[in-house]
Amino acid sequence: MASNGKSSERQRIAQQRLRIIAGHLRKQEEADHIEIAAQECKAESSRTDTAKPNSVPKRRQEIMKWNGWGYSDSKFLFNKKGQAEFTGKRYRLSGLILPSLKEWFEGTFGANLQHKSPAAAALNAGAVPPPNLSESFVEELKATDIPFSHDAEDRVFRSHGHCLHEIFGLREGQYGRCPDMVVWPNCHIDVVKIVELACKHNVCLMPYGGGTSVSSALECPPEETRSIVSLDTSQMNQILWIDEKNLTAHVEAGIIGQDLERLLNESGYCTGHEPDSMEFSSLGGWVATRASGMKKNIYGNIEDLVVHIKMVTPRGVIEKSCQGPRMSTGPDVHHFILGSEGTLGVVTEVTMKIRPVPEYQKYGSVVFPNFQQGVACLREVAKQRCAPASIRLMDNEQFQFGHALKPQVSSMFTSFLDGLKKFYITKFKGFDPQQLCVATLLFEGDREKVLQHEKQVYDIAAKFGGLAAGEDNGQRGYMLTFVIAYLRDLGMDYYVMGESFETSVPWDRVLDLCRNVKERIVRECKEKGVQFPPLSTCRVTQTYDSGACVYFYFAFNYRGLSDPLNVYLQVEHAAREEILANGGSLSHHHGVGKLRKEWMQDAVSSVGLGMLKSVKEYVDPDNIFGNRNLL
Amino acid sequence: MASKSLCSRRDPVLKKRDDFEDVLEERRNSSDLRYAFKCYAPVLYKGLSPCTPTMLKTVVLQSEPLQYAINQVSAESGESVELVQEEAAAILEEMAHRLKLSTVRFFAFTLSKAFKRLFHSVCVNEEGLQRLQQAIHEHPVVLLPSHRSYMDFLMMSYILYTCDLKLPVIAAGMDFMSMKFVGEMLRMSGAFFIRRSFGGDKLYWAVFSEYVKTMLRSGYAPIEFFLEGTRSRTSKSLTPKLGLLNIAMEPFFKGEVFDVSLMPVSISYERVLEEALYARELLGVPKPKESTSGLLKARKIFSEDYGSMHVYFGSPVSVRSLAQGRINRSQYNLVPRHIPQKPSNEIQSFVNDTAYQLVRMQEENMVLKPWVLIATVLMQNLDGMELSQLVEQTVWLRDLARSFGAFLDWPDHTSSSKVVSSSLSLHRNLASVCGGRVCLLVGRPPGPESPETALFERAVSVLSCASYRNQILHVFLRPALLAVAMQAATSPRKDEVYNCFSFLRNMFSNEFILCPGESVQDFDEACYLLMKCGAVQMLPQGIGTTDSGRVTLPYLCAMLEPFMQGYQVVCRYLCEETTDNLTEKQFVPAVRSFAVKLHLAGSLRCYEALSSDLQKNALAALLRLNAVKKVKMADQVVLKVNKMAVNSLEDTLGGKIPTQKPVLARL
Ligand SMILES: Cc1cc2nc3c(=O)[nH]c(=O)nc-3n(C[C@H](O)[C@H](O)[C@H](O)COP(=O)(O)OP(=O)(O)OC[C@H]3O[C@@H](n4cnc5c(N)ncnc54)[C@H](O)[C@@H]3O)c2cc1C
Repeated sequence: MASNGKSSERQRIAQQRLRIIAGHLRKQEEADHIEIAAQECKAESSRTDTAKPNSVPKRRQEIMKWNGWGYSDSKFLFNKKGQAEFTGKRYRLSGLILPSLKEWFEGTFGANLQHKSPAAAALNAGAVPPPNLSESFVEELKATDIPFSHDAEDRVFRSHGHCLHEIFGLREGQYGRCPDMVVWPNCHIDVVKIVELACKHNVCLMPYGGGTSVSSALECPPEETRSIVSLDTSQMNQILWIDEKNLTAHVEAGIIGQDLERLLNESGYCTGHEPDSMEFSSLGGWVATRASGMKKNIYGNIEDLVVHIKMVTPRGVIEKSCQGPRMSTGPDVHHFILGSEGTLGVVTEVTMKIRPVPEYQKYGSVVFPNFQQGVACLREVAKQRCAPASIRLMDNEQFQFGHALKPQVSSMFTSFLDGLKKFYITKFKGFDPQQLCVATLLFEGDREKVLQHEKQVYDIAAKFGGLAAGEDNGQRGYMLTFVIAYLRDLGMDYYVMGESFETSVPWDRVLDLCRNVKERIVRECKEKGVQFPPLSTCRVTQTYDSGACVYFYFAFNYRGLSDPLNVYLQVEHAAREEILANGGSLSHHHGVGKLRKEWMQDAVSSVGLGMLKSVKEYVDPDNIFGNRNLL
Repeated sequence: MASKSLCSRRDPVLKKRDDFEDVLEERRNSSDLRYAFKCYAPVLYKGLSPCTPTMLKTVVLQSEPLQYAINQVSAESGESVELVQEEAAAILEEMAHRLKLSTVRFFAFTLSKAFKRLFHSVCVNEEGLQRLQQAIHEHPVVLLPSHRSYMDFLMMSYILYTCDLKLPVIAAGMDFMSMKFVGEMLRMSGAFFIRRSFGGDKLYWAVFSEYVKTMLRSGYAPIEFFLEGTRSRTSKSLTPKLGLLNIAMEPFFKGEVFDVSLMPVSISYERVLEEALYARELLGVPKPKESTSGLLKARKIFSEDYGSMHVYFGSPVSVRSLAQGRINRSQYNLVPRHIPQKPSNEIQSFVNDTAYQLVRMQEENMVLKPWVLIATVLMQNLDGMELSQLVEQTVWLRDLARSFGAFLDWPDHTSSSKVVSSSLSLHRNLASVCGGRVCLLVGRPPGPESPETALFERAVSVLSCASYRNQILHVFLRPALLAVAMQAATSPRKDEVYNCFSFLRNMFSNEFILCPGESVQDFDEACYLLMKCGAVQMLPQGIGTTDSGRVTLPYLCAMLEPFMQGYQVVCRYLCEETTDNLTEKQFVPAVRSFAVKLHLAGSLRCYEALSSDLQKNALAALLRLNAVKKVKMADQVVLKVNKMAVNSLEDTLGGKIPTQKPVLARL
């Protein structure tokens, strides 16, 4: 039977696709297991034939950390022997020993395993300020049957994103202003009801998707006197339909990345949108922040991927009347929604482009003698418009960092740096191990084209002194991006605090910007009394025709500082000033939130800001969506 | 505020300075040849990518900014791009240095011999060199020495070589190139040559600025140039030139380097080699062309004793720190960086302020010898004085200078009279002691003696002596301006005195280094210093003179008197003598002969009025104050004088008009 054949073909592709995702995301078999198990447990009625996923329970704290990154069962720690290991079963690194991490960690930060700075053990519900509820709102909400809670744990969980200062505060047991209650709408209509009630009772609403914001977007404005209601979209998580003729899928905005991909994969499709936070971040969050996925070179960024958006605002529902692929109907109203950061309303449903799952996927890596050569190569690749699905260039520090995450192999007793030197001096003659840097690559498509493409890219790389360095190095590079947030928690256990931030910049300024920002961080840390030189590193993570996206990590040992958080905030502030002074943008994809608001006017001019304000004033005159981001 | 970060103004006296070491000492005790062939392995810039002088030229010629300029020039002139490219290559060829270690070693050898004959000692602050070494490692460095002598840059390179520091490349004037051999030798020791004027020449400018910037960006070597642009003939610091400093800072503004370190260096000579030459030049004897044979004739120089010299490497100034909060670097975001942009007002004033601050830092670290004090005293006693009186006044002045924070090198364990007499003996060509009286020596004019030639010879010795006094003027300048202002003000009220002060400061800001916009700070500093030395006190009714002030203040006034008079002479000339067609070229000789006339008639005793330096500065001030205007007529520049304005400035300087406000208002 033709149709049967087709569906089994589809299943085959889906299986393959799953393996691919598992490849850079999680441990293969267990991952399948867990999710299948989770799905079986889920006993809710489904509105499509696809089973409703349940990766995100209402009580998130049951599977996720309330004061750190990710799943509760997964974390880095130094075991009794002083070796680093990663716990749990979810990831490829799970259960493995990382013999080099300790040396790298101590050497890089001057940290010491004897000096611990553990987090507060458990959430102290008594210390959470009591909720400020609007009785009338609660009364009417009850009548709608939409689930809600004002449990302290639920509220604290939704009082923050994942900026360093937010997590650091939680670890110290400081809770700040929390939402007064949480509501879990199940669908678009629920949202319409909630927004109506909020307007009626003058309650402040804050949309909450995956909670992965890194711009202070989810922080409750301390000056807000109204009752704040966190609108958790996690239960609006279904794929409502798939249109194979036009290759689109209509999806509820609360779905998180990994579920969306998994469910689409089952039908042989994918969106290809893979931000590093895709395990937790939501479709609505992507739209609201103008997110960018690692494979944007093939699939595009979120603004390229959306075909239709439905958003509930205090003025009513905004959506376009058709799904035409492009329109000339004045300024694109989608662009008021994309990047609105929860200030205008709740994105409830999105029609997204989908693609058949690629047949073949291959990692790769290239080692360059130095960062300049690497950047020149990426620029050339962008010029020839032959960038693979993903191409990223790590600087030397990050390359070393990546190496420190190599799981246990036989040569247990050689020190990390020695091993590194030996390997690279023998393998890449003439490359200085303190200078070389590595580009990681991910190719996708049909097998033949991938191999062809691969050759093209390696040929270009060779012109810039780049030498192919294997799939393994490439894959480890991508793994790093998924575990880096877990590593930050480990650092914080030992007096090391760190953060990442990003920008976009024209090609000709990439090198200057990278050098100056890294150096500025080092300088600022020194001036602010940080005892040990910080880790200050960057990578070029995206290429465009006219420029690139650059991502920075910085981390430092804060022992001996009386107010480490303040030092950190000042350094980050200085780094952003440096970025702007060097022609970088305020943000490529993290958004503005409240963290970068002070620069917004400079970034878009006062007229530009005025335009945005006037939209806000029209759409939400009473500031119901009062998270005070952006403007 | 930028000025605050540069140097603490409130109490210059507390400024701590490093100790010196004599770099010649070792030369006197060990082989010069071995020294010349020593291992030379200086610390380099951490971000350096190794590059030869030839590679450097290629990089410059292929650079985007230069290619852009070449295309533009080609489009404008209609010449082919290839032709313009060749022109650019030729310009670069003429300009570029060809630093060669072998030449440097040759210089190290010969200069050792020369310096040992010329100088007792060459004292350098070791700590400054350490700071420099660190700075070179961290960031591109710009070395900014003061400029009093041709010796300056030879000496700089000599010291850096001796102390195993990275040798600089030096921006030198093209005039050297007329001495074929010497020019090439200098080129091979790191000099690169710039034409004196290339105002409108786009291509030249592009080659030049790209050459400098390329070296800077890559941290190739420290770049050395003279902020003052040329050797000061008067020993006063000159108003800084901004062109090169602008170029040197641009890579920072555009984010091409993280920072640039500016390092002021103060070079002071106990006896300036060119001393008498300068005085003659100021009086209108054309300067001898720098020809090789001329330099060789200068061999006679070697038979003389030039005492000691001091080189003080100041603290590196970070352009980044200075610009923090003042310059918005994102102004460069919207235009590709290889396209030249006219500096914004913000940038221009920043560069200007920085240049002034740097020159002041040079001034502050100039070492002053006892002779400088002696010359200052002699300048107020041109008819000669008793030796004992000279000693007494010199000591008095020394103590005053010390209390103002002067960087004096006065021998500690020697009696004052001995100090004075040994200074007099070193400078026996300028002053002589005869029967217990000290007077200036006046040479005999060549040819028949006439009143005019006699005047001329006397002026030579007075101006030579004045150049030593000038070395210390920056120490006394602000208090002296205050002293004059107090004398001129109609009441001791602080605001009135300030008005006078500010007028004078404005008038003389081409004559002395007075940072633009810092009138109030300067006034405060002057008040502070005069109170500190007990000359004035703050009373409810204003600034009051104390008993000791009745000696100090007139002394300070007298120090400025030649300038007050000189400016009045210039004003008088412009009011009384000019016709409508005074050209700019005629100005200096015309004022000079006017001054000569006054001298011969006995109505003028001031010799500075004869100095072209003062005359030009006065004119610059009048132009700045709009009392005189330049008008282009045919191919001449003519000076249009607003006689009323000039007249009233003259009256104000002469104390005939008490308050300056209305004058300025009218201008
Ligand atoms: C480890 C890590 C890696 C990351 N990697 C990437 C990356 O590769 N690419 C990238 O683009 N970002 C990345 N981010 C940032 C973050 O994941 C994105 O901003 C993401 O889009 C936020 O989605 P979320 O669902 O978590 O939104 P949340 O954090 O819950 O909310 C973010 C903002 O969007 C608003 N919002 C959320 N949902 C809705 C909705 N349905 N309607 C209206 N407003 C809504 C919220 O009010 C808030 O202002 C990363 C963050 C972390 C911590």
